[in-house]
Amino acid sequence: MADVLTRPAAAPSRDGFGHLVHAEWTKLRTVRGWMIGLLAAVFLTVGIGMLGPAGSQSRCDNVDGARGGAAHATGTCAASTPPKRADGREVVDEEAFVHRTLSGDGSITARLTAFTGRYDPTGGGPATGGGTTGLADGLQPWSKAGVLVKDGTAAGSTYAAVLATGDHGVRMQYDYTGDLAGRLGPVSAAAPRWLRLTRAGDTLTGYESADGTTWTRIGSATLRHLPHDVEVGVFATSPEFSVIRNSFGGSATNTGPTVATGAFDHIAVAGQSTAAGSGADGWTVPRTGTADSGPGGANGPLGQVGASATGADAFTVTGSGDIAPANPDEGAGKSLESALAGTFAGLIAVIVVAALTMTSEYRRGLIRTSLAASPRRGRLLAAKAVVLGSAAFVAGLVAAAAAIPVVTALEHSKGLYVFHASTEAVIRLVVGTAALMAVAAVLALAVGTILRRGAAAVAAVIVIIVLPYILAVASVLPGTAADWLTRLTPAAAFAVQQTITAWPQVKAVHTPASGYYPLSPWLGLAVLALYAAVAYALAHRLLARRDA
Amino acid sequence: MTAPPPPTAIAVQGLRKRYGATAALDGMTFDVAAGTVTGFVGPNGAGKSTTMRVILGLDTPDEGRALIGGVPYARLRRPLGHVGALLDAAALQPGRSARNHLLWLAHSQGLGAKRVDEVVEQSGLGAVIGRKAGGYSLGMRQRLGIAAAMLGDPPALLLDEPFNGLDPEGIVWIRGYLRTLAAEGRAVLVSSHLMGELEGCADHLVVVGRGTVIADTPVAELIARSSGGRVVLRTTARAEAATALAGLGGTVGVTGPDTLTVDGLGTEEVVRALNTGGVPFSEISAHRASLEEAYMDLTRDAVEFRAAPAPEAV
Repeated sequence: MADVLTRPAAAPSRDGFGHLVHAEWTKLRTVRGWMIGLLAAVFLTVGIGMLGPAGSQSRCDNVDGARGGAAHATGTCAASTPPKRADGREVVDEEAFVHRTLSGDGSITARLTAFTGRYDPTGGGPATGGGTTGLADGLQPWSKAGVLVKDGTAAGSTYAAVLATGDHGVRMQYDYTGDLAGRLGPVSAAAPRWLRLTRAGDTLTGYESADGTTWTRIGSATLRHLPHDVEVGVFATSPEFSVIRNSFGGSATNTGPTVATGAFDHIAVAGQSTAAGSGADGWTVPRTGTADSGPGGANGPLGQVGASATGADAFTVTGSGDIAPANPDEGAGKSLESALAGTFAGLIAVIVVAALTMTSEYRRGLIRTSLAASPRRGRLLAAKAVVLGSAAFVAGLVAAAAAIPVVTALEHSKGLYVFHASTEAVIRLVVGTAALMAVAAVLALAVGTILRRGAAAVAAVIVIIVLPYILAVASVLPGTAADWLTRLTPAAAFAVQQTITAWPQVKAVHTPASGYYPLSPWLGLAVLALYAAVAYALAHRLLARRDA
Repeated sequence: MTAPPPPTAIAVQGLRKRYGATAALDGMTFDVAAGTVTGFVGPNGAGKSTTMRVILGLDTPDEGRALIGGVPYARLRRPLGHVGALLDAAALQPGRSARNHLLWLAHSQGLGAKRVDEVVEQSGLGAVIGRKAGGYSLGMRQRLGIAAAMLGDPPALLLDEPFNGLDPEGIVWIRGYLRTLAAEGRAVLVSSHLMGELEGCADHLVVVGRGTVIADTPVAELIARSSGGRVVLRTTARAEAATALAGLGGTVGVTGPDTLTVDGLGTEEVVRALNTGGVPFSEISAHRASLEEAYMDLTRDAVEFRAAPAPEAV
């Protein structure tokens, strides 16, 4: 008794809240099952992530028999390794380019008088609807033809271009990711486009004109480290055509190559220009080849790619491919976040632990002991949230930091190409995964407090986070449904793991299943945080009002 | 000269609480004084546990209030330093060791492992404290619960049915321990539905039924009242004795082959009457009622709640 009165008050950190946090941490760490659960979150995240590449068979000679031998010798598949620009970002750089060398400042001007294309309406797949075979005339939305200034002809070298497109009018594009809009409308003999690109040091400026007299500036771009000598000329290219079928059971995509042909005249280079090639008037003309209609090849070749002179300073250029940023597609490499494909499994372990720490107190009657020790009930919930959130954060951090190198190494060993991600993106993936687990833990704690039943709470949280995620990414639902799931449900938080950019100037299937989330990384996480905040507020209110 | 009343440690004032149609508490009012063991007695469902939960701020009463040293529980800082409680000895996480159970509770009050070791030593659980609580017998859990209640070295203790599941040795231990705590000046409120468990332990009784207090009395007074001046007489001459005593106005009852009870006469009057009548006897003593008997006397009038016990509110 005496020492009750005389014992010095233990230094209260924020009026005893630190003590509660300490107590909750002691509670968590002293139940072996819960610590094993958190450890399981790490192993599940890494282990399930490894299942993807472990089950994958990637053999280079399946991709391209001709290059198989070289690939085996070097240990990488040349066919599946895309070119990269200077900063390591993967790009597509295939175009028919009629060029010559420009030394120092100058400009390239050309008039585009016709722009046409051909494609296989089945997307290179089997013809649908019973025998409508044959190729169709028409451009792809992002078929390109125009003037180009490029740091050499090596794939991945930097460039700037002023070009016409199939559907998006005249654009100035540069260094693969830069894209500025110009005038809209199709190109024809009656409505030709004059295109011009001038170089002054590292600055490239694009212009367009309807008549070659009145010029409109589109914009300018700075290309760092552009050498003194650059290749200038005219080019054409045309990206793959894809047929997307959405249905329950996911979306199926057929893709096949297309060709685009641009007819240029009035090609003029201002500045000190050297005739680099042996072609007409000193222009270097691309190698001529045949563009197949696709892997099926059912409809025969699309036609010749290459270029031919059609007069003085005039060329017709036919190209197939693209000059654009590349993203991982099916069979064309892995995104970095594929290493975190096991996150959902680790998340389930975290949810179970977080919900049970609260529901087991109700089940055992221990909640009364806890509340007697902390009559201000909100602080008990807050202390639990702090401890569980922190523990889940650490588990997520360790899981992601381990999964990325481990799974990526396995992917490499399986001959899979893993797409580059910036350091910032890698940090965001790791920290974001940790935050995802932390916020989900708080949500599970809150739902556990509301429902007071372990099985019900675990099931509820899995149903709102993990189930929509699996439905969205496993190609179970049509793309639009998957899109809304990853926008409205807490599964939106998985956006924090995306590394793929949905480039507006690249036509692709933008669904969660292919790695495109509708929300930005942190906004997606904020959706989960909002759910957690609402659940926490309700849990706080119920805990305060209910008899224990 | 009477000593000043001991200070009130726990005050329960007019608690009312309904669960649907059932009134669990119906004007429950009593005080628990420092330095005493107060027995909180009544049949299951009388409102003992509900009252204790209200005192600890776990349940909110519809009316009334409970104060610890004049303050509602919810306003206490480091509450385990003010009241220690054992509500349900089974309320343990089975996978956590008994020592770690005490450790988190100590941490919640800013106490350290040293204090845990002290209460473990007092509880006699030293040898098994590292075991998982799930493997504890009910008796071990009761000891663990009392150790937990003592963590904050509180001036007041609430123990709900601490004798449940204890072996005779454990019951003796708790009785002695509660006496020690009261002797240290602590207020101890200990509930039981079996009066006999409190024999030789409680100083004061609060007898409850149907959510209200039936009697609130010191144990000594209760027993004296129940003993009621009855005299126990051992004699081989029952008939003669009965005749002699009845003549003086005593009420004589037969309780055995050679024992009689006499009501309405003092011991000396009985001795005088027997000597006058030349009746032989081998023993004469003032009767002392057991706590159980006193309780039965007390609740005889309140039979209705035994005939139709209210369900225990959970």
